[in-house]
Amino acid sequence: MKIRSGAYYKKILKRLPRYGLAIILSLIFLSPFIIMVTTALKTNSDAFTIPVKLLPREVIWNNFPEAVAKIPYFRHMANTIFITLFSVLGQLFATPLVAYSLAKIKWRGAPVISSLIMGTMMIPYTVTMIPLYRIWSELHLTNTYIPLIAPTFFGSPFYIIIMRQFFAGIPNSLLEAAKIDGAGEFKRYILIALPLSKPALTTVGIYAFVAAWSDYLAPLIYINKVDKLTLSLGLQSFLNQFSVDWTHLMAAATIFVIPVVAFFLIFQRNFVEGIATSGLKA
Amino acid sequence: MAKQVAKKKNKGFHKRDNINGFLFALPWIIGFICFSLVPLMTSLYYSFTEFNPVKPAVWVGLKNFEYIFKDPLVLKSLKNTMFMAFVSTPVNLFIALLLAALLNSKFKGRGVVRTIFFMPSIIPMIAATMVWIWMFDPTYGYINRVLSSIGIDGPAWLVNPAYTKWALVLMGTWCVGTTMLICLAALQEVPGSYYESADIDGANSIGKFFNITLPCMAPVLIYQAILNIINSFQYFTQVYVIVNASSGGGNSNAGGGPANSILMYPLYLFNTAFSYMKMGRASAMAWLLFTIVSILTFIMIKVTKKVSESGVGGE
Repeated sequence: MKIRSGAYYKKILKRLPRYGLAIILSLIFLSPFIIMVTTALKTNSDAFTIPVKLLPREVIWNNFPEAVAKIPYFRHMANTIFITLFSVLGQLFATPLVAYSLAKIKWRGAPVISSLIMGTMMIPYTVTMIPLYRIWSELHLTNTYIPLIAPTFFGSPFYIIIMRQFFAGIPNSLLEAAKIDGAGEFKRYILIALPLSKPALTTVGIYAFVAAWSDYLAPLIYINKVDKLTLSLGLQSFLNQFSVDWTHLMAAATIFVIPVVAFFLIFQRNFVEGIATSGLKA
Repeated sequence: MAKQVAKKKNKGFHKRDNINGFLFALPWIIGFICFSLVPLMTSLYYSFTEFNPVKPAVWVGLKNFEYIFKDPLVLKSLKNTMFMAFVSTPVNLFIALLLAALLNSKFKGRGVVRTIFFMPSIIPMIAATMVWIWMFDPTYGYINRVLSSIGIDGPAWLVNPAYTKWALVLMGTWCVGTTMLICLAALQEVPGSYYESADIDGANSIGKFFNITLPCMAPVLIYQAILNIINSFQYFTQVYVIVNASSGGGNSNAGGGPANSILMYPLYLFNTAFSYMKMGRASAMAWLLFTIVSILTFIMIKVTKKVSESGVGGE
């Protein structure tokens, strides 16, 4: 057994308040997740019994299959997956192209485009929302996913900034060498820049995934047919009664949240890096 | 050969690079025109018209603006939004700074704790809001259950107009993860030598916090504060969901919650456009919002420049 000196225990003791604070705050921050899951495991009468108990008096799993049957859950989920898939594809197509143009091509328009990109971040969605709705409805494309997916193929400021920052870190000498070998700009982009930028592409991809999966406002504006709804809108149907069906709603919400939490836990580093590169330097 | 190269040069830019650069940026340029520039200009035009999806736009001059400046609900929603901007922002910054300071100290399991603090920020807003509505339930909600266990009779959070906005503030503190990470990065950039010399001078930790940490972080904190304030003017999803839940759902005509106490400006704008179908008036409201946000952004740029130029903590 390892023998520890008094100084070691003194250090631990000094850090005790820190541990206490960390544990208490962690529990507070976790509690909404815990309550979501435990409510999903309660019977309706259990959820509405006083005194309120955190843990279910009796654990039941029926809420999950019942919640999924109450609304066209898998239909909504398929719709959401479809939109998410194409949104991620769109962002992964447009973001590196534009970012490469700004970071690696020395051309006259780059500074103008850069400041315009920063500028568009300041435009509140409420300003463009009404004309865009008007345009899409004139084109008879409401209740399709085109208004939700199409914009992603043209790049978003936040992702372009992350990607540009990353490209700026790729040594020019690599690209120059290929240039001497006679590779054109597009070839250099495809063969050198893109393969090197997998970490940044991952970051953009997961951000785009979470954004599309969670999006609420855009589907709210453009989609109102039941079989076309996304999950974020579908959850709302549990509120469509005089009293909210909490146990089933929490079960449905749990299933909805799981992919996001899983992605976050796997790619946590990318999330943090995305904020570090765009948040501080923007 | 040399002549050819010189010919290609045009104010330091190669023609080929100009073409390639433009082609690579083309997706964004098209997107900018279609999804930002044209809608922006159209919205400005719409703000001087009356129209809805089934009626073409009719020019009405300044009528929309006259209406919104007289509408008591516009004033009310602006006040509510200001409350979120100027009460929620300092609260959020304080919490973010507190969490960042905790994460900046050494202890086992720090990575896990950081994950726990940050995770709420990436949870879909709709799911998070629903859980909070359930937790805020006056009788069966967990928050009042915890309060009663320490002898406090919890209020009817989302029902009593005096508490609704405080409930939103509380909910907001759960999602400070992004600000927290930025504060943490800024904390780690404070030079350790400053603390060492303060230790020699015999400064205590509170003194060190106010004399070293806070001034060093001032630019970041001010930037985050103004960003938070600007974001308050976009506060929509949470209140939209809450209002629909408490009114039995499905009906977006529900308005702005108990006594319109959580009628935020974007919510009123959305209702004006898509429930009352007054799209011209809503466009005018949008431009009022845009003006406010632009002024705030301008202030933000000026202030952050000034703070970082004055060199507080800068090396």
